[in-house]
Amino acid sequence: MDARQAVLKYAKSHEWVDLQGNVATIGITDFAVKELTDLVYVDLPAPGKTLAVGQPFGVIESVKAVSDLYAPVSGEVIEANKHVQNDVTKIADDPLGAGWLIKVRMPAGATLDHLLSRDAYEQAATAGH
Amino acid sequence: MNTTFLRTPLFDWHVAHGGRMVEFGGWEMPVQYTSIVAEHHAVRRAAGLFDISHMGRLRFSGRDAAAFLNHLVTNDVTRLAVGQIQYALVVNENGGTLDDVLVYRFADHHLLVVNASNREKIVRWIEQHRGAFRVDVEDLTTAQAMVALQGPQAESLLQPLVDVSLSEIKYYFATSGKILGHDGLISRTGYTGEDGFEIIVAAQHATELWGKLVAGAMPCGLGCRDTLRLEAAMPLYGHELTEEIDPCTAGLGFAVKLDKPDFIGKSALVASKANTNRPRRVGLRLDGKRIAREGALLFVSDQQVGRVTSGTFSPTLETPIAMAYVDPAHAAIDTTLDVDFRGQRLPARVVSLPFYRREMPAKHAK
Repeated sequence: MDARQAVLKYAKSHEWVDLQGNVATIGITDFAVKELTDLVYVDLPAPGKTLAVGQPFGVIESVKAVSDLYAPVSGEVIEANKHVQNDVTKIADDPLGAGWLIKVRMPAGATLDHLLSRDAYEQAATAGH
Repeated sequence: MNTTFLRTPLFDWHVAHGGRMVEFGGWEMPVQYTSIVAEHHAVRRAAGLFDISHMGRLRFSGRDAAAFLNHLVTNDVTRLAVGQIQYALVVNENGGTLDDVLVYRFADHHLLVVNASNREKIVRWIEQHRGAFRVDVEDLTTAQAMVALQGPQAESLLQPLVDVSLSEIKYYFATSGKILGHDGLISRTGYTGEDGFEIIVAAQHATELWGKLVAGAMPCGLGCRDTLRLEAAMPLYGHELTEEIDPCTAGLGFAVKLDKPDFIGKSALVASKANTNRPRRVGLRLDGKRIAREGALLFVSDQQVGRVTSGTFSPTLETPIAMAYVDPAHAAIDTTLDVDFRGQRLPARVVSLPFYRREMPAKHAK
């Protein structure tokens, strides 16, 4: 596990969260990117949209299939990553870093307690495999 | 994974080399090893190798083999020269497609290659309809392996391994010969739109043959087999062909010979051919990146005019492509249709098929 993997929190639905202050940066995991392969398209919400935990917030499409993206936290979308919207392959190049998808402002008092550590996520991800 | 699925003689190789195994037509098959796009480009630009041992292989022999096959399929088997292969359909009495097949004629027998998912159905269909025909039918599927070597480098890669002159095998012809010293069958056929060969050997020689070929060709899974055949506009059973779709509607009239003596489904196909109102199989291109997938509905304003049967992202054209059935009034080239994506409508343009046609080298251009 590298330092970046260790610092993030994960949802079983293969999203990761990096919380700085009350802003959560959200992406999809390296594991998900490897499963999907051949990404062709990502659809992300516009700033201002309100998300609730577990709610679909976009879709990611590979040659093989289209998959929903699920909000790992609640809050208001404040930014979508234009670079990955313009070139979806940037997600695969650096899924846990420059390939982030959206930033969400979380409400006061919200936590990431419902999310998983890297170890727990890897166990969950490989168990269903 | 459920262990009741069938496995080809190359199963262990696939698993050991990163093949992502999925169920397909009752078999556990690799959908990809690395990337569908990379495997696709390997076939278009160099050579790719597919395990197609799951395809059903049925051997027809006996006095009435040709007559029985001619009763069973839509194409005219009696027109085949020895060593020649033809595409045909098996249809029911209503003209609905039971399978699309290849018929091979040899000196003393015929071979019928059927889709994996339809093999048992076709074997039953044969038993139900053989009647007084004097024919022996043997299912060779699990005793043999079949691989497809496809791409512009296929001939040069295969030639050193065989004792026949590959340049003399014409498109849709087959010849028996020695492959690594073992008896086998080599045909210039494929499902990719590229030049290439399909090779049949006894099951016990599959790993040796695969190992030699994969030294020069990229192993390819069913994922790129689908993107390649879709670019070439070849139908896939279960998508463009079902028991509710007849071959004339599917645009496969070239494989339906209504001038031959009676065959199963003939009267239904005569009626279908005369019906100018039947839906048309069309190609669609979409702007942007969203893929119109199987089942997506097509609209002209509020009127539903068609349905997508297959859709993917074309690695060659770098654009989404699809095949669909569309009402004839809206099937003309350059017609704009709206594709429904869960309520959001995006435009698609009707284009001519195939999406991709390879440049023919001079020696095969005749």
